[in-house]
Amino acid sequence: MIRLIDVHKEYDNGTKALRGINLRIEDGEFVFLVGPSGSGKSTIVKLLTAEVTASQGRVIVNGYNLNNIRRWQIPHMRRTLGIIFQDFRLIEKKTVQGNLEFAMRTVGASSREMRKRIPYVLDLVGLDGKEDAFPTELSGGEQQRVAIARALVNNPKMIIADEPTGNLDPRRSLEIMTLLERINAMGTTMLVVTHARELVNRFSKRVVAIKDGEMIRDGQGGYYRA
Amino acid sequence: MRKFNLGYFIKEGFVSIFSHGLMSFAAVCMIVACLIIMGSFSLLAINVDEQLKQLEEENEFLVYVDESFSFQQVQQLMERVRQVDNVAEVEFITKQEAKAALVGKYGNNGLYATMPDEVLRDRLSVRVADLERFTETVDTVRALPGVANYRAESEVAEGFVTARNAVTALAYVLIGILAAVSLFIISNTTRLAAFSRREEIAIMKMCGATDGFIRWPFIVEGLLLGVMGAVAAFFLQWGVYAAVCRALTNSGATALFTLMDFREIWTRVLQVFLLAGSVIGMLGSSFAIRKFLQV
Repeated sequence: MIRLIDVHKEYDNGTKALRGINLRIEDGEFVFLVGPSGSGKSTIVKLLTAEVTASQGRVIVNGYNLNNIRRWQIPHMRRTLGIIFQDFRLIEKKTVQGNLEFAMRTVGASSREMRKRIPYVLDLVGLDGKEDAFPTELSGGEQQRVAIARALVNNPKMIIADEPTGNLDPRRSLEIMTLLERINAMGTTMLVVTHARELVNRFSKRVVAIKDGEMIRDGQGGYYRA
Repeated sequence: MRKFNLGYFIKEGFVSIFSHGLMSFAAVCMIVACLIIMGSFSLLAINVDEQLKQLEEENEFLVYVDESFSFQQVQQLMERVRQVDNVAEVEFITKQEAKAALVGKYGNNGLYATMPDEVLRDRLSVRVADLERFTETVDTVRALPGVANYRAESEVAEGFVTARNAVTALAYVLIGILAAVSLFIISNTTRLAAFSRREEIAIMKMCGATDGFIRWPFIVEGLLLGVMGAVAAFFLQWGVYAAVCRALTNSGATALFTLMDFREIWTRVLQVFLLAGSVIGMLGSSFAIRKFLQV
């Protein structure tokens, strides 16, 4: 569950990225966060992952109050999230299996847990049989699937996807979004930050639009015009 | 879920050394160079200290006994001198023995050969334990009843103390400076390794890795590099020391200055090198990684 209550963010250089954002996302929801470049979408993602702190207002993520979270609690909060980036951010010198093991090892998983969980997740994202491939041997869509698998592998409550289709063609983008919808249907909360108007309009989901740091729309489905 | 995976940290530390082979080699070379320089200064300081200790042992002062004192009173005086704090040894020298020594030193044809024994006084040769308290000890002894006069080379003793303190202070300062330089170099070398892995570190942080989980493999890597550098530096230091010893022997300078045998001090040198290498490696890595944990 995410709660942003009257959140403002002003960076050290004086840029006011967010101005009084109020947002509530319940467990199990699928939400598109849309808006033009520089509107404050990335700042919201950084706030939710505790990379930056709010200048004013309250930020609560999966039960953690990020306004007064202690440094040692941040890793535990992040384990409740799976994060997907536009540029995939895979480790090129590790295989698909190696990338997922890396993510699981990070949170202290045992080899037994890895042997059990990784094949399941790879099957879920449609990469069964690609365990030994290196990221450079995969297409963009497949690389993003690996990134989704990595985000899923530690069984997070929520996935935050930051422009997950930004580097993909329309067909692959649709496949990835369909996959995210399927994962959401299995109970994982999904927050997808995107520019992809066609995709947003194709999926009838809740759309939160922001512009110049202010929320300008929060509604279910419907047509979104940037 | 396991909280602490020592095997993983050690494995990652080893893997990292070989996956950044050139930087690891550079780091080991830096550690070796710094330890050799530090070790050479330390060995010089140890040898100078040893030489000064030997010179100190030969240092003594003379106490002339009142001529009116009987042999028994002289014995009592000797006992009182022995009880003075910092007195290591007291030897009684009769006027005849003193004259014989002078004649032996200056020859039979000199003034001393024809000099009557009565011109000289019976004396005590007093050796001190701690040269730094030489003057204080002389003052205490010369105040004892029965001491007619004394002869003490206080300036020489103070010179020894000053020389030893100067060498020790210089060695400490140099070791401190070199340790700081080593730390800086190792830290920068590890920072390069951490920089090349910043993407991995950022991914780990986003997956929920604790700072400790990310830091430990780097610390293990620093420790391993430190130990490798220490072992290499130890053997090189041994070679350098043996070469210096040979050169001194061949030049005949050993009559003036004798170096300690390396076999007497090798365990101390190895221990210090291992400790210094490990600490420098681990601290350097810790400093280097800090910046990359701020995600």
